[in-house]
Amino acid sequence: MNDVRLRVNGVARQTAVPDHESLLTTLRERLGLPGSKNACEQGECGSCSVLMDSELVCSCLVLTAGADGRAIETVESLGADGVLHPVQQAFVDAGAVQCGFCTPGLIVAAYALLRENPEPSDLEVREALSGNLCRCTGYGTILAAVQRASRAMYRR
Amino acid sequence: MTLARTRVRGGVGESAPRPDGVPKVRGEFPYASDLYLEGMLFGHTLRSPHPHALIRAVDVTAAREISGVRVILTERDLPTRERFGLMKRDQPVLAEGRVRYAGEAIAIIAADEADQARAAAKAIVVEYEILPPMSDPIAALGPDAPALHEGGNVIDDVLVVHGDPDAQAEVVVQGEYEVAMQDQAALGPEAGLAIPTADGGVTLHIATQWLHEDLGQIAPALGLPNEQVRLVLAGVGGAFGAREDVTLQIHACLLALATKRPVRMSYGREESFYGHVHRHPARLFYEHGARRDGTLVYVRATIVLDGGAYASSTSAVVANAGCFAAGPYRVPNARVRSVGAYTTNPPAGAMRGFGAVQACFAYEAQMDKLAAALDMDPVVLRARNAVEDGDRIITSQPVEGSEPVANLLRRCAALPMPADEVAHPLRAGRPSRDPLLLPGGAGNLTHGEGIRRGTGFAAGFKNVCYSHGFDDVSHARVRLERTDSGIRARVHTAAAEVGQGIVTVCQQIVRTALEVEEVIVETPDTTIGSAGSSSASRQTWMTGGAVLAACREVRAALEERALARGRAMDELAALLDEPIERSVAWRHRPTEKRDGHTQNHGHVAFLFAAHRATVDVDLGTGLVKVVQVATSQDVGKAINPQAVVGQLEGGIAQGLGLAVMEEVLLRDGQVRNASFTDYLLPTILDMPPVVCDLVEHPHPDAPYGAKGVGEPPTISSTPAIVAAIRAATGRELNRVPVRPDDIVFGTVARSGWRIVPGSDPAMAARA
Repeated sequence: MNDVRLRVNGVARQTAVPDHESLLTTLRERLGLPGSKNACEQGECGSCSVLMDSELVCSCLVLTAGADGRAIETVESLGADGVLHPVQQAFVDAGAVQCGFCTPGLIVAAYALLRENPEPSDLEVREALSGNLCRCTGYGTILAAVQRASRAMYRR
Repeated sequence: MTLARTRVRGGVGESAPRPDGVPKVRGEFPYASDLYLEGMLFGHTLRSPHPHALIRAVDVTAAREISGVRVILTERDLPTRERFGLMKRDQPVLAEGRVRYAGEAIAIIAADEADQARAAAKAIVVEYEILPPMSDPIAALGPDAPALHEGGNVIDDVLVVHGDPDAQAEVVVQGEYEVAMQDQAALGPEAGLAIPTADGGVTLHIATQWLHEDLGQIAPALGLPNEQVRLVLAGVGGAFGAREDVTLQIHACLLALATKRPVRMSYGREESFYGHVHRHPARLFYEHGARRDGTLVYVRATIVLDGGAYASSTSAVVANAGCFAAGPYRVPNARVRSVGAYTTNPPAGAMRGFGAVQACFAYEAQMDKLAAALDMDPVVLRARNAVEDGDRIITSQPVEGSEPVANLLRRCAALPMPADEVAHPLRAGRPSRDPLLLPGGAGNLTHGEGIRRGTGFAAGFKNVCYSHGFDDVSHARVRLERTDSGIRARVHTAAAEVGQGIVTVCQQIVRTALEVEEVIVETPDTTIGSAGSSSASRQTWMTGGAVLAACREVRAALEERALARGRAMDELAALLDEPIERSVAWRHRPTEKRDGHTQNHGHVAFLFAAHRATVDVDLGTGLVKVVQVATSQDVGKAINPQAVVGQLEGGIAQGLGLAVMEEVLLRDGQVRNASFTDYLLPTILDMPPVVCDLVEHPHPDAPYGAKGVGEPPTISSTPAIVAAIRAATGRELNRVPVRPDDIVFGTVARSGWRIVPGSDPAMAARA
């Protein structure tokens, strides 16, 4: 077992994990943060996307033991009590949520994109989100949601 | 008379937001795989690596010694010999001496940690006597094939005979077609949490499409009365048919009962590929005859569906493929033989559009072949033969309450074409389009050279709701009540919200019918009557219908109370000193059972759509970029237009997947690509813009005229895309998914069997 210290959504957390445990499993099963999802656990679907020291990563591909000392932001950190983050609000308004299993990962990925590129073209959105699978929507509403969020955040 | 003093927002016809939208974007929505109870155990399944084998011995001695292991169950430990299965109870809960597919469950384990349960599975020693696999469904139907189940290898066999089945025609086209195995690939893995109860029963929180059907299979297998087994819907991460069958439900309950502890089971992605049923692979042999003016004279077809090791919903898939085999066209004469076979492949079952999807790929290819033989425009040929109200499909059932399919085709053809032109290599010294928009995408395989554009059309249809005499029912309870903050309604059904938005539909119907804005949708469970499955495009029609009927009863009771008290209807606060609650069981009009040579009026109604696809194909690499899909679909009434468009676009994405990339690769019964690395799903870069034309032709029997919308998008989008690829390449492309080799080398798929279309496939001869 490895003693690991993480800063998760601004809060210092400490936990003991086996060598092979992924950050996704630690978040979901040890730290009570199941918002990051476990659709493929192979880095193909993006549903477990989180920010590690502000970098977008698939948490299923990060070993917790190797993340000691890092700052992690999950979907649970976005928005505040009673107020959604503009990216979250845009997903609701654009009808980009169906079953919603891909949604937390997409929201984290879209949030990361818009921080780097506040007014992306449609093609830039597609490129940035091409690592996030969605099986319900066909992606049209997701594209619309990201553009809606960009307008809400940066083009008032 | 109105109840509300102001117009109620979020009613029928508006794009009202989903009630579960906010928790889902916050990451707070509890999916089945998120469930956690202090002290719960983790369940795991040992599966067969062999598609066909006898089990000589199972030794769990070493596995039991592993730290944290609480129980290991094999078939010897089962409380009953009951089998399970959706339409035929033919599957053992744990393998009984024989395995019929690679992935069949042999033992289940509960342990303190998931790792320990997995380690125990590895430590179980199973002695197999390997038998030869039976992976070809046509061979399985042959007279000499060894029987995989008592009663032989035919799961179901449907013969549709219409008019003169031996009619002759001036122009004849034939073809053999293949549809490969598609995976539903819902992103949420199969998962559930079973909690033993004080009365010796169990409560199962489960991601499923149909709580009551699960209950009907679980309780007998546990040896418990239904009353001691309670099911509660946990958050469902997509379904698309894959959650219509029991997967881990019985296993999780068995482990919980054996350990007297809560047990969570959750499949990983690889196990999910083995754990749930897939779309039926199919071989289809077709002949179409027409007059020189393009009028269809006959269709003859033989359709063989690979049911895999267990029956699941194969009977309904076989019936659908047979009933819908000639497409949405007037065909006066037909002979269609549709057969489902047991093999040692993974079991096949429900996936969006089942039966109709496989047939549509073949009959629409045939319609294009016929158009070419007649030198006619494919849309004109289709429109000339397309059904409208009063026309009969080949089962002799008339079409009612539908937009003429010719109108759907014409409207679809008139939708705007993609704005961008065919890519030109190095126009003005620069590639005319970003390589991401070209076939091969980020692979940067072309700058536009070698690219051909093609456009194709297809139309398709399917039944809505359950068919062939099934007692299709949905229960709803609606309560109108006064609270401190005002008037609100509560609605309770067992309808599974799987992402499609039935929760929103229920809210919208209550808002419109009772003129109350605050509507709470209670968690579906088995304390109320069945809602039927979230499948067959039926929940809006059935549970929407039940909720509307319950609302009407509530409203009638309110009127009665107002009259008795001499009050106006809008004095709700005074009238609702006691809440009003009504429960209804709602049915659609009965359908007829299947009979010998036709299915008669086997369906309650039909759903129609047309699709147009535009593709760019790289002739050098055989890669395809779908540029645009346009669709006109008769939705009856869009109760929530945004959600309807979401169904259309999402269904088209799955149709695109089947057209150009999605295939569960099988070799001698072994799945070769059980991961999202190897099973390719459309990404946001693969999906083109979709142009949706919602045609609202209300059906008189449906709530507000709203037909189901979920399945038609997956039915004709696939053949439209393949037609577009054929138009671009001139290749035959008789198989989906289309592979690069099929485009570059013109590979044609052959079953290796000679089957006269319409004949019994058991009589097939080797080609």
